[in-house]
Amino acid sequence: MNNSSQILTSADTDLEASQHDKSDLANSNLANSNVANSDVTSTIARSLKKRHAKERSFRRFGMCAVAFGFIMVVLLLADISSKAVPAFSQHWLQIDVEYNQQWLGVDNTSANGLGKANYRTALKKSLYQMFPEVKSRSDKRALFALISNNAEFNIKDTLMANPELLNKTHSMWLLADDDVDNYFKRADKIGAAFGRINDKQATWLEQLSAEEQVVSRFNFMFFTNGDSRDPELAGIRGALTGTILTMLVTLLISFPIGVAAAIYLEEFAPKNKITDLIEVNINNLAAVPSIVFGLLGLAVIINLFGLPRSAPLVGGIVLSLMTLPTIIIASRASIKAVPNSIREAAIGLGASKMQVALNHVLPLAMPGILTGSIIGLAQALGETAPLLMIGMVAFIVDIPTSFTDAATVMPVQIYLWADAPEAGFLAKTSAAILVLLAFLLTINLSANALRKKFERNGLNRH
Amino acid sequence: MNSLILIFILLALTGFSYFYGKQRAIKLSGGVVSTRSFNSLPKQFGLLTALCCGLPALVLLLLWAIFEPVIIKSLVVSTLPQDIQQLNSEQLGLYFNDVYIIAESVISNCSDSDAIKCKAASYYTELSANASVYKAAFIIAAVMFAVSVLVRRFHSTFKARHYAERTIKTIFLICSIVAVLTTLGIVGSVLFESLRFFSAVSPSDFLFGSKWSPQIAMHAEQVASSGAFGAVPLFTGTLLITCIAMLIAAPIGLMTAIYLSQYASDRVRGVAKPMLEILAGVPTVVYGFFAALTVAPIIRSLGESIGLSVASESALAAGLVMGIMIIPFVSSLSDDAINAVPKTLKEGSLAMGATESETIKKVLLPAALPGIMGAMLLAVSRAIGETMIVVMAAGLAANLTANPLQAVTTVTVQIVTLLTGDQEFDSPKTLAAFALGLMLFVSTLVLNIIALKVTRKYREQYE
Repeated sequence: MNNSSQILTSADTDLEASQHDKSDLANSNLANSNVANSDVTSTIARSLKKRHAKERSFRRFGMCAVAFGFIMVVLLLADISSKAVPAFSQHWLQIDVEYNQQWLGVDNTSANGLGKANYRTALKKSLYQMFPEVKSRSDKRALFALISNNAEFNIKDTLMANPELLNKTHSMWLLADDDVDNYFKRADKIGAAFGRINDKQATWLEQLSAEEQVVSRFNFMFFTNGDSRDPELAGIRGALTGTILTMLVTLLISFPIGVAAAIYLEEFAPKNKITDLIEVNINNLAAVPSIVFGLLGLAVIINLFGLPRSAPLVGGIVLSLMTLPTIIIASRASIKAVPNSIREAAIGLGASKMQVALNHVLPLAMPGILTGSIIGLAQALGETAPLLMIGMVAFIVDIPTSFTDAATVMPVQIYLWADAPEAGFLAKTSAAILVLLAFLLTINLSANALRKKFERNGLNRH
Repeated sequence: MNSLILIFILLALTGFSYFYGKQRAIKLSGGVVSTRSFNSLPKQFGLLTALCCGLPALVLLLLWAIFEPVIIKSLVVSTLPQDIQQLNSEQLGLYFNDVYIIAESVISNCSDSDAIKCKAASYYTELSANASVYKAAFIIAAVMFAVSVLVRRFHSTFKARHYAERTIKTIFLICSIVAVLTTLGIVGSVLFESLRFFSAVSPSDFLFGSKWSPQIAMHAEQVASSGAFGAVPLFTGTLLITCIAMLIAAPIGLMTAIYLSQYASDRVRGVAKPMLEILAGVPTVVYGFFAALTVAPIIRSLGESIGLSVASESALAAGLVMGIMIIPFVSSLSDDAINAVPKTLKEGSLAMGATESETIKKVLLPAALPGIMGAMLLAVSRAIGETMIVVMAAGLAANLTANPLQAVTTVTVQIVTLLTGDQEFDSPKTLAAFALGLMLFVSTLVLNIIALKVTRKYREQYE
């Protein structure tokens, strides 16, 4: 910085000096008086000062523009990261669960009987035993609300696995409700009511935490669960699986078609109206708003061809039509970059045009084609709007297992969670965004690495 | 799962065909060495045989997938009682849907009241099961027949390479036509549904009406059941947000391009460019989240602190964030335009004693102006077509306002709200989305074409 400003000032003095010379020369030629000479010089010096000030402010303006972009990147990432932190830990409560036969409503330990037992009641009564001072109905309800909805399934699984626990008391860690989670995660005012936790609930929670019956653990469920209405249970595995299935369809359709189209247009296409039309079309398609592709998917693929809504198959088809222009344009550029000498050499040895294209040009162009395709797929990965049109916004709990199952993808999951009113979903949304960004970053880095490798030992080797 | 097995069988058959064709050619030639007398190499015979197996299989699979539901449906319908067959197509469709649901449900709990439906459903299940068997048998037989016919024609002058290459070339041509088909599909679907919409709502009401409330049309029994489809508030909302976005993106993007290409050192450029590319690579749904949950509340509290009333979903928040999203787009395109100006122009200007900023402002920018204009037009078309940011941050109220602090709605937001969830495709409400899609497609297309024309014309000047 210092260095460059020095250069600038030295250049300024040079410029000033040359201006002096010029005016001197002009003055001597016109034989003007000394007074006029100094007058012109000072005018020029003054205007020069102004011009340099303008130069500096212009430059500063440019720096501000770059800095603005910089600050925005940092702000965006910092904002989302800071919001995401709470999603990666969860609070658990230690509850003494009494597997009382009467509460459960079972008379024997057969698997069938245990499977249908009333675990909810058993859990409630165990909880009330821990807090004997809780008497009224509303208080009891408030107490039970501290535990997550899936706790009864947890205690069921435990008893099914160890039937000898029947009629015994077993101390277990159970997942806390998201409101409890939020209560413990806030930074200030321990002990007072917060958010949707009332004063009584806060007292009980403080009592539990004083007895060290509250613990915060890493939230593995975020990565292993599907979507849920309960923020403490919601995970991204369903969306991740849907994303992988959708991207697989996109890759399988857009990559071969895109590369084939690029080879045809670069190596074989005659220059006529049809190929002109194709070229113009590809360029236009690259700039069509993504939501219009969603309309196409809805009207043609779902309504006309009757493919199932919300399916990764349909999502993949729509996204591949969208990515196709990107892949074709990138592949064409890469094929064009292959030196003509290679084609001529192969033809000279008697290869057919197809052999030249497939055996000589394509292998050399492949790194570039792959880079372009990866970038195209990364764009498709972040795309949301067309998938809203084809019904991938549905609330889906199950992990999709086939291409025609109802599924959702990461960006749509983010959109759905961002809309959810529960406070717990704010952190989940940010965390899902972080996962998506990490995914994208890895993809882009691999594309970059590929490009670097390609630049280093690509065409020059041959 | 059944079709997946069929696909694997067909793939295996295709692979087998390759070796079969190759071996047949070798056998015909009487051993590997004398293949010299043949027109093509054995592997080219193999390639042709594989193509002859795989291609018909693919085409037949696709055709079957398209026609199977139609044929099964008509077969099932033909067994239904006469009075049900007489129903109009819409009611018949509903009826058939019930049959389909019964057939698909795992536990078939048919009550006596819909015995006909149950019968139809069991017939449907039977037909579907039979169809998949027929499909597998038919396609496998067809490809084996095709391969055997082809292999019988093999002889020493058979131009296997020529045929194989011509087939591959045709496949390549078809692949490149997919782009045209996509465009046709877009235009066709959007236009067709729009025409249906315009048969219910007059185009002038749509284009010039100032009231947008499509929800009313949902309840046919209500007095005001016609709904209002005046799209002017949507157009002004879109324009308002686009203007705000461009007010941010145009100067900042352009100055970024100028600074990075003219002033910045290699080191600064090496850091700043990839950093800005991050902005371009962030999914739009993330910007939407950022706009709705971070920027909008900040704007709201700022506005309230100086006594302005700001809607919680303001046009300003959406426009601002959209502007940030477009910055790298504008800067990289402007960068290209500025770099395309010949260096001699800049050097000439500097040699005349002009400062760098004077050179940039008076020489480089005027010379690069068409390219920069093209970049701006592309950015505008992108802002118009952007969906997720406005869906999450701009709101749904169709206000006809120029106040950026109020909530406005845009064309893309309305398309999303009209088409998400369950919908029937005979009400103007859902069809309106396609009319809006048509507007969006046409306007962005026109902008793109103008932008490309402008940039291209300018490029020709220096080359």
